[in-house]
Amino acid sequence: MTCFSGPAWAVYKREVRAYITSPVAYVFMVVFLVLTAFLTFSVSNFYENNQADLRSFFMWHPWVYLILVPAAAMRLWAEERRTGTIELLLTLPITLNQAILGKFFAAWTFLAAALALTFPIVITTCYLGAPDGGAIAGGYLGSLLLSGAYLAVGMLTSAMTRNQVISFVLSVAIGFFLLIAGWPPVTGMLAHWAPLWLVDGVAAFSFMAHFDSLQRGVLDLRDLAYFVSVIVFMLFTAHVVLENRRAA
Amino acid sequence: MLEVRDLHKRFGPIHAVRGVSFKVERGEVLGFLGPNGAGKSTTMRMITGFLPPSAGTAIVNGHDIVSDTLAAKHEIGYLPENSPVYGEMTVVQFLRFVAEVRGFHGVTRDARVEHAIAQCHLEQVRLQAIETLSKGYKQRTGLAQAILHDPPVLIMDEPTDGLDPNQKQVVRAMIREMALQKVIVLSTHILEEVDAICTRVIVIAHGQIVANGTPAELKARSPSGRLEDVFHTLTIGDEPVRKVG
Repeated sequence: MTCFSGPAWAVYKREVRAYITSPVAYVFMVVFLVLTAFLTFSVSNFYENNQADLRSFFMWHPWVYLILVPAAAMRLWAEERRTGTIELLLTLPITLNQAILGKFFAAWTFLAAALALTFPIVITTCYLGAPDGGAIAGGYLGSLLLSGAYLAVGMLTSAMTRNQVISFVLSVAIGFFLLIAGWPPVTGMLAHWAPLWLVDGVAAFSFMAHFDSLQRGVLDLRDLAYFVSVIVFMLFTAHVVLENRRAA
Repeated sequence: MLEVRDLHKRFGPIHAVRGVSFKVERGEVLGFLGPNGAGKSTTMRMITGFLPPSAGTAIVNGHDIVSDTLAAKHEIGYLPENSPVYGEMTVVQFLRFVAEVRGFHGVTRDARVEHAIAQCHLEQVRLQAIETLSKGYKQRTGLAQAILHDPPVLIMDEPTDGLDPNQKQVVRAMIREMALQKVIVLSTHILEEVDAICTRVIVIAHGQIVANGTPAELKARSPSGRLEDVFHTLTIGDEPVRKVG
């Protein structure tokens, strides 16, 4: 990928450092780990289920990410805009794509690190029984892609405003829609008046269906393609937004 | 050399910059003078490639900022208004970041950074987070970032704004030092500054150039021979309606 060369790499390194040197990162990681552990063990009754799998762990990720990823993403552009550093960044010899990709992959690396720190639950499960390794790998892959999709949404809303709170709220709202799009109450609401193809189309937009099959260990190219295309679409839209905000 | 050709900028119904053209040669220090809201910053933001012009372009050392943006940006060092910097980084980290985006790596990168630190007298604060620095040091960090790659064209938006008299002297001395080998454009609304460092002055009001000449030529326009009076006559009635750019 020629886009991810020198300048993008420099932005990537700067953003990763910005995460690890800020208290936000540690708050994020601790809350993420405590929350997932609490939901897995106390709400989903991991032990009482008597099953050596991580379904009760992964099933919470879409909900935890829904709140936490927008919080991690909201600063990406909004802060550059508020402090004026965006003027500095975009007058350096860097393309907008390089800046976007550098920031995106930096934030994604951070989310991946938080996800990786959940490894003790894998060890616990392996100690207690003989879990399906494929399902665990699929679950982690799905979770990583899911966090990337939420992150791309957050990047878009962050590009839209200089106010981080607005970015956060918008991002949660869009994420929530993508999350529940396939649920019966939503499709039921549409089914009364919308043509079937539209109902199916909206349902296919849901994070849930795609994430579900991955966490069962079913590696379907369509699910991967879905997440990748959500990410690409959101980043492309962020590009358009940033370009327009500059021109206006 | 920097050549600005008929730049226009519209923000919706507001025509902020209306046909600004000028040329600056190496060795010149061009002072951009005008009331707040006259279009100084907007013009500079177009020359440096931050804002796309509504019409016109700027040729930076042979590279068109509109059609050949990246190459043109390589030729420019830019200090934006209020010197925005990443506050959580230390001076060295920040300058290394800028150096890397500009394509310097390894030993070359470090040499560039050290040179800029020495030039801007930042040795004492090199490992301090920028947000903890005084305004003068912050401004000099911004300047260090702008001159790090030894650009042929240096553009500074109010480089001495908010500095105390001593710090102003330091920054002006640095600009004068660099003047011979570079094209320098700086905006200011401090008239004494024009006298102190500029070889040529452009007065801008309502987005248009209303005067272009040496400080001496400009002074000669008024019977009193004072720059204040000339500035006042040229820009009178220019109350900014809205801050643009």
